[in-house]
Amino acid sequence: MNFKARVWIVGDNINTDLILPNKAFYLTHEEQAQYVFHANRPGWAQQVQKGDILIGGHNFGMGSSRAAARSLKNLGLACLIAESLNGLFLRNCVNFAFPALECPGVHAAFTEGEIAEVDFEAATVRNATRGAALKGKPLPPSLMALVQAGGVYQLLEQEGLIAPKA
Amino acid sequence: MGMTIAEKILAAKSGRKAVVPGDVVTVDVDTVILFDNNFMPTNWRDILKIADPEKIVVTFDHRVPAPTQQAAAAQVTGRAFVRKFGIKRFHDVGHNQGISHQLVADYGYALPGSVLLCSDSHTCSAGVFNCLARGVGGPDIIYAAIKGQTWFRCGETVRYELTGSLPEAVTAKDAFLQIAGVHGAHATMNVEYGGPGVASLSINARKTLTAMSAELSAEFATFEADDALADWIRARNPAPWSPVRPDADAKYHAVRKVDLSALAPLVARPDSVVNNSQPVGEAAGTRIHQAYIGSCANGTQDDIELAARVVKGRRVASGVRFIVIPASQVVYRDTLASGAIQTLVEAGAMIAPPTCGACGGGHMGVLGPEEVCITSSTRNFKGRMGDPSSQVWMASPATVAASALTGTITDPRDFLN
Repeated sequence: MNFKARVWIVGDNINTDLILPNKAFYLTHEEQAQYVFHANRPGWAQQVQKGDILIGGHNFGMGSSRAAARSLKNLGLACLIAESLNGLFLRNCVNFAFPALECPGVHAAFTEGEIAEVDFEAATVRNATRGAALKGKPLPPSLMALVQAGGVYQLLEQEGLIAPKA
Repeated sequence: MGMTIAEKILAAKSGRKAVVPGDVVTVDVDTVILFDNNFMPTNWRDILKIADPEKIVVTFDHRVPAPTQQAAAAQVTGRAFVRKFGIKRFHDVGHNQGISHQLVADYGYALPGSVLLCSDSHTCSAGVFNCLARGVGGPDIIYAAIKGQTWFRCGETVRYELTGSLPEAVTAKDAFLQIAGVHGAHATMNVEYGGPGVASLSINARKTLTAMSAELSAEFATFEADDALADWIRARNPAPWSPVRPDADAKYHAVRKVDLSALAPLVARPDSVVNNSQPVGEAAGTRIHQAYIGSCANGTQDDIELAARVVKGRRVASGVRFIVIPASQVVYRDTLASGAIQTLVEAGAMIAPPTCGACGGGHMGVLGPEEVCITSSTRNFKGRMGDPSSQVWMASPATVAASALTGTITDPRDFLN
């Protein structure tokens, strides 16, 4: 998976309440995506273009187990690159096949609006605007395989263990 | 090389002799807990087969009784799932209902050495029972229910060596706020609580520490087993088990001492749990609109009885909503029997039925614009309990109760000493 797009930047300890607030729980997945960062950056979700890349700080996705990764994916973001990912949030990135990469130094290497080039499997990130290159931490092979397979539901559906989506 | 408690269980459950930090392992799962949010129309996927119905627990806790049609629909779906697979451990709205993590304690669902999963982030609460318990994603739960397995990434472990005992009016919540304030996030790492001070803490108090460890972003939180733990489990579950002790030469990321005797009441300022603690005195005088006691972290019998001691014979301040939520029907009945509920109601508290309630901003005390709340629940993130402009301070049930009486953030030692 390779991506080249402009980046948006957020800080450390972004929690899942900010990504998927309780008030959006009863809405459709597409509507939920419009509430990403509603409390801390109102109007941002409406500016995101399909294929954009999000850059985060340390412990991105801390907090609850809600399907926050699904909202980032449904918003149209191609991938997330963070200094570090919260362990529970990483699980949901894998579950929903949303490419998320840990890459120390990424936060300081970009200014919002610059262009990033990402090779997800190789875990490389390049600032295409300025030329600097970074090496992230590749996902363990078993988890990478799950992402490439389209996530947990895709896998269980293929194996006939859950009903096809209604 | 020696192993920590978490490493030992990861190794045993993945059929390996040893694990080291960095390993990704597939483990057998002993207990899978589903709750109402799993069955919400936007989350649920119809399961066609499950590994073992005896390993499943189902409860409704986040939105109980159903506040909306969607929440009610989720419960209908959950009941159909229970019928379809003959799930015996079902805690429907009624006599045996409660917050999942409290039910684990009430009914002895977590045995030392076992692996327990639930897709609520505070599932690490069950680590108080010397087991591996972790909050995972909704799809992880469906996968584990079907396959009986899950994956874990083994992280390093930080050990907290507790000594001494807590002074009057100081609680395990204050001990947590001390750790969170000084050491911040423990992302990718496990926390292990032990030491001679553990014996002075009730199981409920220890459970506050493990539940709140979710806020440290810990992978797993574990306590060592002792006689008090053995007595608690044996009174509720006759199944056999063996304690898991860390090896003497276990390798820790850090070993940190916490002298419980030296602690004082703390509060966390709004918007972040970690790196955000201060002595209650520094926040004293801050005006509040709501005081909230409940959640998986602090809705136990100990917490409600402590709050009752603070407010006994007194009245909640005018203009303050004091909401108290027992974490389960068992806790509700026990605190009714002890008289604590009557004391709280006479003081002006509103008692809500067992539910996660407003801890997650769902219902039963959601905040409006610019409102200020002091809570003993699990999180104070911006907008979590309601309007993004509301402010949530976090403290112990004693501090919350004392603040309810004065209408401002108040040191509980003013009432308990």
